[in-house]
Amino acid sequence: MKDAGAPKAIEVADLVVGFGRKSVLDHLSLDVRTGEILGLVGASGSGKSVLLRTMLGLTRKRQGRITIFGVDRDKATLQELQALERRWGVLYQQGALFSSLTVFQNIEFPIREYLRAPQRLMREIANAKLEMVGLKPDDGDKLPSELSGGMTKRVALARALALDPAIVFLDEPTSGLDPIAAREFGVLIRTLQRTLGLTVFMVTHEIEALRTICDRIAALAEGRIVAIGSMSQVLESEDPWVKSYFRGVRSAPTSAPSPP
Amino acid sequence: MGSQSLVICTADAEQLTIAGSGAWTADNAARLEACIDDARPNDASRLEVDMGEVEEFDTYGAWILERLMRGDGRPRQVSLVRLPEKFHDLVEDVRRTNRTAPTPSRRIAWPLARLADIGRGVELAAAEALRLAAMVGALAVLFGGALVAPRRFRSTSIVHHLDRVGVRSVPIIVLITLLIGAIIAQQGFFHFRQFGADDYVVDLVGILTLREIGVLIVSIMVAGRSGSSYTAELGSMKMREEIDALRTMGRNPLEVLVLPRIIALVVALPLLTLIGAIAALVGGGIVASIYGGMEPSLYVARLREAVSISDFEVGMIKAPFMALVIGLVACTEGFRVSGSAESLGARTTSSVVKAIFLVIVLDGIFAMFFSSMGM
Repeated sequence: MKDAGAPKAIEVADLVVGFGRKSVLDHLSLDVRTGEILGLVGASGSGKSVLLRTMLGLTRKRQGRITIFGVDRDKATLQELQALERRWGVLYQQGALFSSLTVFQNIEFPIREYLRAPQRLMREIANAKLEMVGLKPDDGDKLPSELSGGMTKRVALARALALDPAIVFLDEPTSGLDPIAAREFGVLIRTLQRTLGLTVFMVTHEIEALRTICDRIAALAEGRIVAIGSMSQVLESEDPWVKSYFRGVRSAPTSAPSPP
Repeated sequence: MGSQSLVICTADAEQLTIAGSGAWTADNAARLEACIDDARPNDASRLEVDMGEVEEFDTYGAWILERLMRGDGRPRQVSLVRLPEKFHDLVEDVRRTNRTAPTPSRRIAWPLARLADIGRGVELAAAEALRLAAMVGALAVLFGGALVAPRRFRSTSIVHHLDRVGVRSVPIIVLITLLIGAIIAQQGFFHFRQFGADDYVVDLVGILTLREIGVLIVSIMVAGRSGSSYTAELGSMKMREEIDALRTMGRNPLEVLVLPRIIALVVALPLLTLIGAIAALVGGGIVASIYGGMEPSLYVARLREAVSISDFEVGMIKAPFMALVIGLVACTEGFRVSGSAESLGARTTSSVVKAIFLVIVLDGIFAMFFSSMGM
């Protein structure tokens, strides 16, 4: 487990986001440590995606401060922002693949935009990424409309990881994958995290993913983080939503019994 | 960072040593690849790669290392030394990739490929005609069925689309046709004045707008404005499986989506044509009084002499057929949209282009028909 003194990859302080008269995030504070995998859980409509989108700068905030790798979006210059965007990868819930580009071209797109790499190297890297997420080279020439839901997700992950980012934001990464694929995906994230010191911020619904992938879990309810910490710490929380969400886990043994 | 050395190559008689250092990461990938290529590792009989001094490492570095290790397939001695423990997993992962080349797509020789293109084009055109005919047939059946059971007409939907394609396009139709009428009149006065034939400008404006220009301009406007929106709507519904959802609920998408739209268009277009013709005549009258110096009362009197009811009929009879063609093309194109955003754009473009083309062809056929009828 990472110690509490580890440097912060993301610092969110006193964040308020709202639409119209309603505020979705209400003075929310959250830190993501460098090199950890943080899983964010919350009920549907609790503002998980809003928090993610605000961190990415897609939704405007009313108040508060978001710092990612020491870069504050409000104060950063255009160059600093570009440098930051080069260092993060985002996996959108629906994949958000460019529908007019093939799978290879989708993965190569960020590489082509940011690096001056020769075409051959680019294609080999794209292919390596594709195989690392569990697809075959033959899938590379398909168009996004020809992919199944699970394949779309994998390609989107490959594209998010194309530049070997320092931090990845994953929005419901394992939904739509079968349990075996979801586990493989977790292993992949783990491998990358070990080798690259990757920081992962993921929004998820699946307790299995939280348990196997995440170092820490943050629970979002009523616009605030109501519990944060390791699985066992969150299980001890007295918050009613957290209690009902993890009810099944609490009664079951925390870790699966090892085979004899 | 840019000048930091990434590899140090030392070669002696029997062995080439490549010692990596610094950051083997994405930002340096191109430079690293070039440095390694310069050392010509594939020509050495023995190769040693020393990774001890590499500080940063990512998939790019791992792949370049892996490629170096694989060489060009010739047997030779390669050894990898001092690879830091923390990079092992990534190297292992990358080692498993790029093993099989994707199967190359079949290529056909140039002249054959062109021939194949022509054949495919003919096939597409035939399929297109067939699709339109099938749509006409299916809609005729649905329309007949709805006449028996009027509830199936979906009046709410028809009224909604009438509002969208009819009422809301009145301002732009009035504006455009008013200008067209004015331009025709201005040109008429400018040229006819040389012969002292000012009075015939009214004949020109009246006959032209009522018979041809009114319905043509309105049809083209509607094809661009409403036809394109039909295609885009149906196309994006198709992309998001809404049409499949309708079908699995046991509803016929043609009945729910297409029939109300086409009925609305068939009702709206003649009305818009009427409004457009009036606006064009008014436009002509304005120019006649300002530019041609013709009293409005004289313009109206002259107009009554110049045009007959059959001119008006010719224009109005064409309108519903134009609407039918626009609606059919727009809806068939909408249903042809496949998954990508690009195909939605392509189908919308093709819907408008085809609809305008067919409208003009149809107008030509009508012109021949009416002249042989003596109208």
